[in-house]
Amino acid sequence: MTDTGTTTKMAYDEALSRFEPVLGLETHVELGTASKMFCGCPAAFGAPPNTHVCPTCLALPGALPVANAQAIESTIRIGLALNCSIAEWCRFARKNYFYPDMPKNYQISQYDEPLCFDGYIDIEVDGKSVRIEIERVHLEEDTGKSTHMGGATGRIHGADYSIVDYNRAGIPLVEIVTKPIPGTDRLAPEVAKAYVTELREIMRSLGVSDVRMEEGSLRCDVNVSLMPRGSSEWGTRTETKNVNSLRSVERAVRSEIERQAAILAGGGRIVQETRHFHEDTGTTTSGRSKEEAQDYRYFPEPDLVPIAPDPAWVAELKAALPELPSVKRKRLQAEWGLSDLDMAAMHNADAIDLVEATVAAGAPPADARKWWMGELARRANESGVALAELPITPAQIARVTELVASGSLNDKLAREVLEGVLAGEGSPDEVVERRGLKIVNDEGELSAIVDQVLADNADAADKVRSGKIAAAGALVGGVMKASRGKADAARARAMILEKLGVSE
Amino acid sequence: MSAITRDEVAHLARLSRLALTDDELDHYATQLDAIIESVAKVAEVAAEDVPPSSHALPLTNVFRADEVRQSLTPEQALSGAPAVEDDRFRVPRILGEEA
Repeated sequence: MTDTGTTTKMAYDEALSRFEPVLGLETHVELGTASKMFCGCPAAFGAPPNTHVCPTCLALPGALPVANAQAIESTIRIGLALNCSIAEWCRFARKNYFYPDMPKNYQISQYDEPLCFDGYIDIEVDGKSVRIEIERVHLEEDTGKSTHMGGATGRIHGADYSIVDYNRAGIPLVEIVTKPIPGTDRLAPEVAKAYVTELREIMRSLGVSDVRMEEGSLRCDVNVSLMPRGSSEWGTRTETKNVNSLRSVERAVRSEIERQAAILAGGGRIVQETRHFHEDTGTTTSGRSKEEAQDYRYFPEPDLVPIAPDPAWVAELKAALPELPSVKRKRLQAEWGLSDLDMAAMHNADAIDLVEATVAAGAPPADARKWWMGELARRANESGVALAELPITPAQIARVTELVASGSLNDKLAREVLEGVLAGEGSPDEVVERRGLKIVNDEGELSAIVDQVLADNADAADKVRSGKIAAAGALVGGVMKASRGKADAARARAMILEKLGVSE
Repeated sequence: MSAITRDEVAHLARLSRLALTDDELDHYATQLDAIIESVAKVAEVAAEDVPPSSHALPLTNVFRADEVRQSLTPEQALSGAPAVEDDRFRVPRILGEEA
């Protein structure tokens, strides 16, 4: 063991003043195919253990793999979206290792002949565009899921034995590997997060995966090394696994920078190893020391013939790619007339798709943005959930903006309607009906309220009469209060002025 | 010079989780050496314009449609397992040998 889990760290600012980080990210994406990579078992998540298994994915003698055409196509589309070259000819490879998560004792992967290579994507961080170069995109199969039993922590260390569910074994898995990313400096954690966020959005726009980090259909391994400032020789890197949320990507990078800096500053050296990220403490602990590639004894998979994508087909796939998220963001920003800052805020809040859907449902862009980035963002934040997880639909938001535009609701009442919808009281119209939230539209009713308020506030009424129109504000407030927020403030104001015989 | 050293054989044995005695290491090192030398003879006749072959069949792009087929039941799947717990395959301690 190389450490005990108690870790000395150097403060981030000091670490950055002495060292320069170099990042590398390996992202695994489970493809959303109907069946597994090499057999016809369902690839769906969440089934009872060992119900999605067959002789092929259990490696029973004589069973042979056949590659899933859809998975090949999805991988090529991913490569094209990441500006990669597509191999004219490539093979699967056997990665040999002894670990019970694969019953074959090897994983079918790709080694020196990835399906896609040499690409890039541009991401925005802190108002700057950063180009992340993609080394390779290859296709492999996911492994089974082990649960470690006995021992105190549920971790593999100290476990008495393990139990394995092979439902996940054989689900098509795409691995996307960046080239080393130097020069991010103190923005390294943000760059890592922005990159994974952008990848996730690209996968979503391609429709190739549901990319749910919490369910493991998008997983990220974070490589970090440090070099002393002024040096050009890269240091030894560690690979941190188990990074299961976008926020964790950021924290894992930061934590590794602080840990490695403390070791290097103390005259120690970094061990090339796999480390595990712990969500609760935000730190990493040592896993197994990393096997060298040669220890996996890769060789071309004899049970699967080579892949040679027809260039004409690849060109068709390229032409049919959907609008990519970065392009779409630019288009929507122009259409909606928003500033870079507003757009970046919406992007960070994961609100763009929601606002787009709300606009598509008939809401003006400014209103759609106002509700999602204001009231709803506040409520999502309070409940600790993502905007998209709120139990309200873009169509419902659009309906609320329509009710406001038609004068049936004011903003205050609209907020109450949203509250009702979020509380599960039904559609906006049902909430309006049940809570009696319609604005006071009846002229007679409003007139009666105004008369009462004028009578109760004779002083203020006199001031307005004598030309101090500013005093009307208190009277409008009185009308809003008396109507329990249901009056239209502008109309109430107009009526007050009219009754007092003054004009603005 | 031999094509494979005794140390390399010991390393391979460890990767393959095989416990070999000193005598066995010597024995297999000699055998593997002979095998590798025999295979290496192919390189003597294969010219540079002959790419290494990995497959006996001159085929590419053999795919299946993305269609779900019947899986085994958990009972069938686990019927050959040496140990079962909770409908899962129960396996011995994984990191035991390195702990």
